[in-house]
Amino acid sequence: MVDVVKPEEMIKIDPTPPSTNWMDVPPDFSPGKFPYPSQAKSLEAVGFPNAREWSPADEDWKLPENWQQIIHEGFKERLDKYRSLKVFMDSCVRCGACADKCHFFIGTGDPKNMPVLRAELLRSIYRNDFTTIGKMLGKFAGARKLTPAVIKEWFSYFYQCTECRRCSVFCPYGIDTAEITMMARELLHLLGLSIHWIMDPVSNCNRTGNHLGIQPQNFKEIIEFFCEDIEEITGVTLNPSFNRKGAEVLFITPSGDAFADPGTYSFMGYLMLFEHIGLDYTLSTYASEGGNFGLFTSSEMMKRLNAKMYREAERLGVKWILGGECGHMWRVINQYMGTMNGPANFLEAPVSPITGTKFENARDTKMVHIAEFTADLIKNNKLNLDPSRNDHLKVTYHDSCNPARGMGMLDEPRFVLENVCNNFHDMPESTIRENTFCCGSGSGLNTEEIMDLRLRGGLPRANAVKYVHEKHGVNMLSCVCAIDRAVLPPLMDYWVPGVDVCGLHELVGNALVMEGEIEREMDLRMEDLPGKEGDSDE
Amino acid sequence: MGLITLIEEKRSKIVKEWFKLTIKTYPKEKSDFFKKKKDSMANPVGNTLSKSLEDILKGLTDDVENNEMAKILDPSVRLRAVQEFAPSSAVSYIFFLKNVIRDILKKDLTKEIEKELLIFESKIDRVSLIAFDIYMGCREQIFTYKANHVKERTLKLLEKADLLCEVPEVGAEIIPHNVYLNGGFDDK
Ligand code: SF4
Ligand code: SF4
Repeated sequence: MVDVVKPEEMIKIDPTPPSTNWMDVPPDFSPGKFPYPSQAKSLEAVGFPNAREWSPADEDWKLPENWQQIIHEGFKERLDKYRSLKVFMDSCVRCGACADKCHFFIGTGDPKNMPVLRAELLRSIYRNDFTTIGKMLGKFAGARKLTPAVIKEWFSYFYQCTECRRCSVFCPYGIDTAEITMMARELLHLLGLSIHWIMDPVSNCNRTGNHLGIQPQNFKEIIEFFCEDIEEITGVTLNPSFNRKGAEVLFITPSGDAFADPGTYSFMGYLMLFEHIGLDYTLSTYASEGGNFGLFTSSEMMKRLNAKMYREAERLGVKWILGGECGHMWRVINQYMGTMNGPANFLEAPVSPITGTKFENARDTKMVHIAEFTADLIKNNKLNLDPSRNDHLKVTYHDSCNPARGMGMLDEPRFVLENVCNNFHDMPESTIRENTFCCGSGSGLNTEEIMDLRLRGGLPRANAVKYVHEKHGVNMLSCVCAIDRAVLPPLMDYWVPGVDVCGLHELVGNALVMEGEIEREMDLRMEDLPGKEGDSDE
Repeated sequence: MGLITLIEEKRSKIVKEWFKLTIKTYPKEKSDFFKKKKDSMANPVGNTLSKSLEDILKGLTDDVENNEMAKILDPSVRLRAVQEFAPSSAVSYIFFLKNVIRDILKKDLTKEIEKELLIFESKIDRVSLIAFDIYMGCREQIFTYKANHVKERTLKLLEKADLLCEVPEVGAEIIPHNVYLNGGFDDK
């Protein structure tokens, strides 16, 4: 008899990985493990320093000669400018409450993805450069010298943080690792180290007003194309205006809604809603982007890209701004816009022309989130809705990180959902509202070369969807964020096949009974409504 | 007493040992966390694995069809397919079951049981082959996301709207630079 390979021998191909101190494990820069670096031309286009062609896979990152000085001075400048940064650097007691709350840690198990250790990557340099004890005791005080290896580690792990802020919810000191990541990315940008997926949209946006580099005539065409579809579905003709001076409201939404399914269906929903209530609004082909990838590079760039919202509102002479479904866009608006580019005294505190409701929370920014706007309409009985048109859907809701944690918008979208569809099921409590799990691809990480990482980071979210999919037969994941609408479809396809993704206002559009409409046979995706099969292709 | 009854009797011990070995394929810092947390929402990796191993063993003792076995295997293989393992390592955990059973039933291995066990082990081999199919399926799925998938839908839209034209100075290159399209699928 020939020798039989024993199972334990077979197992030898899979040795238990060696155990090394986590701090000594260098980041992996093999293909697929890092986002592509930005091209020199997109850095140059916006005047960012140290533009060059380089790759994380290279041994030598061609850092500028005085790179240590650049980081030291950049760090110092930011510590002086932002009190919060200094507090975050000083006050962590390493209690570990945040450690297992990050979706990247939960999905990867990599200790450097624990928020506390992610922050430690920066904090160790802070201690070394800016504290006496760190200078004296070095490693014993948790300090370490700034070496190129540290820079590489920063690049790896601060681009494995989606700036979602889930960790901060659990920190007794309110330390916000997302802010730490933002600072670290700013410092990396000083050395010309940035990623393509962020810098390219930034430089496009700087030039044409939107991330895609789409020009005004094309923006207008695509909206008109939506109107044709709406007419086919509802029989109602829409004539939205562009760049119209004197309109009461300026509407701004992420360009993803205009150019990528399923966001497009939400855009159709917005247009139908505005028609239904007779809103005096206009769209801008210049402020044609609600999103702001500048947020992921530097506060200065965020400010520059954000400025067009107020400038355009002023130019058009509108009273206030209504904003579409987006995540990080609202972080910028809610948290920074007022102080950064305001005060916008040429605008008025937003009042709904339909219900008379004053949006007190938006008095400073003059900009209202459409979910709040629509919730208010429903609450005041201004919408004629037939939720049964969404009866083929069993819906759950993904709280996008920024609207949920950044602006506390938790109930409005749910209130809208409960009114526009008959089957709504929330995911488990520990995974929604302020505890929501990130999609795993936010803050500019929605790029395809790191798909494996995104699938791991998105696992906690997908896992909760799977729970309601199995328990309640949920087949639609709704959300109010353009990045979500782009990245959740593959995430669902991989982890929870059978669950589709939509924006909130797609469901609103489906349910909306418009004046003069024909009998609806299709939903906004032009798919047959249940019971109407086959009718639509006649 | 037959082999299946013996396995039934020691089922939970077998699953526990098997889980332990499987978790050992992760570096220590990772395995600590995957092992510890019991809440399935807070620790999907650990919980998916332990539930899956339980189901696989049950599938084996129930002698389910290949199709059914594929369904049972899917969650754990799918997970390991994105966890940076070499393909061989990703599916290796199936084989660990052989070790575990032999170890735990050491004292019960009469000639008769030994014979049954050889047949059972060949079933484990079959399961590992199914696992490999699933693994490849998962990888292909991921490559598809990277390559195209949703992009087609979007391109259609752009074409329909006559947007795929050259823009002077900038070139047609501007079109694929879309941060929202396709979850970030570029065509490089
Ligand atoms: S902000 Fe989000 S991604 Fe970043 S460390 Fe905290 S939980 Fe993780
Ligand atoms: S919860 Fe706050 S204080 Fe505790 S380790 Fe995390 S960041 Fe530090």
